[in-house]
Amino acid sequence: MTDSLRRALARLRAFFHKAPMDRELDEEMASHLALAIEENLRRGLTPEEASRQALARFGGVTQARERHRESRGLPVLDVLLQDLRYTFRTLRRDRGFAAVAVLILALGIGANVAVFSVVNTILLRPLPFRDPQRLVWMASNRGVGGLSYVTYTVGVYEAFQRHNRSFQEVTAYQPFFGSSEYLMTGRGEPRQYTAVMVAENFFPMLGIKPLLGRLFTPEECHKGGRPAAMLSEYLWRHQFGADPSIIGRSIDLNLRPTTIVGVLPASFDFGSVFSPGARLDLFVPAVMDDIRNWGNTLAMLGRLKPGVTLAQAQAEVDVLMPQLYAAHKSEWFFDYPTAMSLLKDHVSGKLRRSLIVLWSAVGLILLIVCVNLSNLLLARAAARGKEFAMRSALGAGRARIVQQLLTESLVLASGGALLGLGIAWGITAYLARQGSIALPLLSTVRVDGAALGWTLLVAVTAAVLFGLAPGIKVSGGNLQDVLKDGGHGMSTGRRHDRMRAVLVVSEVALACVLLVGAGLLLRSFLHVLDVDLGFQPERAAAIKVVYDDGGKIERRGPILQEMLRRVDAIPGIQAAGIVDMLPLDRNRSWEFHAKGRVYRPGDIGAAFVYITTPGYLRAIGMQLVEGRDFTWQDTSKSEPVVIINEAAARYHWPGQDPIGRLAQTGGRDMKVIGVIRNVHESSVESGSGIEMYLPATQWDPEGAELVVRTALPPDALASSVMHTLREYNPLQPAAEFRTIQSIVDHATSPRRFFAMLVAIFAGLGLVLAALGIYGVISYSVSRQTQEIGVRMALGASAGRVQLVVISSTLRLALAGVAVGTLVSFAAARSIAALLFDTQPGDPLTFAAMALLLSAVALLAGYLPARRASRIDPVVALRQN
Amino acid sequence: MPEKKLDLLQGTLDLMVLQTLAAMGPLHGYGIARRIEQASGDAVLLNQGTIYASLVRLQQRGWIAAEWGTSDNNRKAKFYSITRRGRKQLAEDAAYWQRLSGVMGRVLAMQSEGGER
Repeated sequence: MTDSLRRALARLRAFFHKAPMDRELDEEMASHLALAIEENLRRGLTPEEASRQALARFGGVTQARERHRESRGLPVLDVLLQDLRYTFRTLRRDRGFAAVAVLILALGIGANVAVFSVVNTILLRPLPFRDPQRLVWMASNRGVGGLSYVTYTVGVYEAFQRHNRSFQEVTAYQPFFGSSEYLMTGRGEPRQYTAVMVAENFFPMLGIKPLLGRLFTPEECHKGGRPAAMLSEYLWRHQFGADPSIIGRSIDLNLRPTTIVGVLPASFDFGSVFSPGARLDLFVPAVMDDIRNWGNTLAMLGRLKPGVTLAQAQAEVDVLMPQLYAAHKSEWFFDYPTAMSLLKDHVSGKLRRSLIVLWSAVGLILLIVCVNLSNLLLARAAARGKEFAMRSALGAGRARIVQQLLTESLVLASGGALLGLGIAWGITAYLARQGSIALPLLSTVRVDGAALGWTLLVAVTAAVLFGLAPGIKVSGGNLQDVLKDGGHGMSTGRRHDRMRAVLVVSEVALACVLLVGAGLLLRSFLHVLDVDLGFQPERAAAIKVVYDDGGKIERRGPILQEMLRRVDAIPGIQAAGIVDMLPLDRNRSWEFHAKGRVYRPGDIGAAFVYITTPGYLRAIGMQLVEGRDFTWQDTSKSEPVVIINEAAARYHWPGQDPIGRLAQTGGRDMKVIGVIRNVHESSVESGSGIEMYLPATQWDPEGAELVVRTALPPDALASSVMHTLREYNPLQPAAEFRTIQSIVDHATSPRRFFAMLVAIFAGLGLVLAALGIYGVISYSVSRQTQEIGVRMALGASAGRVQLVVISSTLRLALAGVAVGTLVSFAAARSIAALLFDTQPGDPLTFAAMALLLSAVALLAGYLPARRASRIDPVVALRQN
Repeated sequence: MPEKKLDLLQGTLDLMVLQTLAAMGPLHGYGIARRIEQASGDAVLLNQGTIYASLVRLQQRGWIAAEWGTSDNNRKAKFYSITRRGRKQLAEDAAYWQRLSGVMGRVLAMQSEGGER
């Protein structure tokens, strides 16, 4: 064992001391021969014969030296270094080629590594919690419906926590963030923060340790406990200047002194896991007794006991919930049929398909890159045919030449990988800062160790793929053929061109698949943008407002009326109104039905609730189909009223006019006074649910968003609106002026993200395919210079020559498009689930992409064709 | 017609060199080559140059040591001598070869006993 180690070290030493060791060996061999000659002379041979015999017995000085080197040093490394030196020399001679190859590779590898980083972050990497594979998400109503459907009451949470046997621990947070808006005052200008109410064991169960300070104590989580709050690292850094002495100090939240007890670590980003695309930086204890009567208000998650599977937990909850419901019939709304999923799947499961498509798209890009480089290298190999023939004539084995070629492709791939890593790093850094894209965990995207490993794998695979074809061709060629076939190129070399043609056709086909996929996704995205949302996002904006009505509903009306009167008076404001929840932003549901009607079990008994002021419908651009908007005369003293959407009218009063009829929620009667067109309240892509709009003068809203419709771009009015609000209420926080369009954009951001990326990759594929076509055609033109010269000398016109070249281009392109279209039909079917309002076989997309590809191919062929038509027959023929 | 000379099996040359050095004491490369030729009755096909690859191998393993010196007829030459570890290795390898050649001898001496089985 130690002997082989010693030998390895000695070999390494010898590798670095070639010259002195060779010198010593030479001396030794010289003395050997001298000794042999002397002995031969003593045996009476003539001097010539003595030295001849000595040399013959020795058997070749050069071979002896080679064997000495091989057995003492690292021959593999020697050969590699030799190949590397040679590679660098040839690439330096051919800088243009090297630069193009490295650039193409960098684009392909960069795209692959960037997408891998995204996939790794969202799909592959475990969640940043302790033992994340045992964390389970629970969704009531089997996960169907708005937030109010899939959440639990405090009572259900506590009962399940006590009686289940599958979970080590069950915890919860309050996902209706609008009901936990906190106004922070006393530190500069007032600011409003959305806090997350978390159960006492929320952080401990996830395994999160505070960066500073401590987590909540049991006392702080009980009714009447001292108010406490925790900050995210982000908020601590940006709002409190990363001041460690903040711990234990008191800040004013909603005018109540609240102690900051701790700062959470930077690795914990609540929003990126539980509410993608939102920043949530303030955490307060969920005091269960305070929210016991809030209805379905808790999102539940648990940690499985060791050895318990998800299926076992699901089986248990299926039995347990009905049992618990039977015991709590008077308190529970229903039996909470619960769907369990691993937290990871809950967070990123919906994106799996999109991400796999994205991954496939960059895989295609890489294939196109490899085919392209294969082609470039083939052209180069053909040009270097004589060099290789010479080398093999001088005794280089086939393996040795293939090795040399692979070394070259590895060097190119390494260059591409380095540059590609830079590109990927830039892309991921950019993506990580796109807080508005509603993709989970996106803020943690980075090029990490796994991505580096992936880069290595991709680079080596690419190098082998694109280096192999020329390697096989060069080494497979007949030596004499190659030496003969240099530059004449009348009809010879056709066989070589066929391989290149096949490569170009496959490249065009791959690009075609990418283009069709991207076309379908883009068309879907355009259809999504075209969806009639039921409101007008253009030139409307929203800002969170606060007011102090002392909790008295009769005071709220005058306060809000005066606020809106002042805002309305700002020049440029066309309409203003207040709502507690914006469409596509947040939602909640309440029980809702037509009074006196008998419903069957399974009928929808809930509606999305929006509590508004007069003017809101006009401000956000929702349209009354019939009836009227609220007025300030609808007060807590007058008859309760409600506005519903068409879906509600059709569902609860089918075939009747709902105006003037009575509806019920929470045991109160309300008269229907208006019907509005359907509004996409929870998603752009799915239809609209049953909605009701209630006046803020009769019901308690959950927060307040002031919505304004403006004549000018909304941003131009941000400061005057804020000024007016501050004048009216000095406690008005410095809140963000959000355009309604940005809320819609946020809702469509995942689709935009995927469609744009695939489109960029398709564009890249198109460019690469065009390059490939250009390369092949222009190479074959330069090979056929003489042939063309002869034809022109025999009277072929320039137009005729152009036509020949262009038609050969078109043949390649059309073959590629034909193959690509066939493959696309299959590929399109596999992404059908990602399409919106678009058929996988959408003829328009297919035709447009085929046309685009052909047009680009034509352009790529036109340039060499023009060159061909300008060949001067005299010059061309003289070259021989 | 003279008998064809024996091709050296992989690894056998190293063993021959060790044995030569163990038996004869320090020698230079030429001396080692000549002794092997003589001992084998000139039956071994040995390109003398190949001995140097073997020598550097053995030296790297620490089984032999080398030192420049002067030969009997006053010529500068590199002298090799076997080390303690080299002797140990030689004993092991020699035992192995003897066992192997014994077994080979017995197997090859096998006579057919009354037809095929």
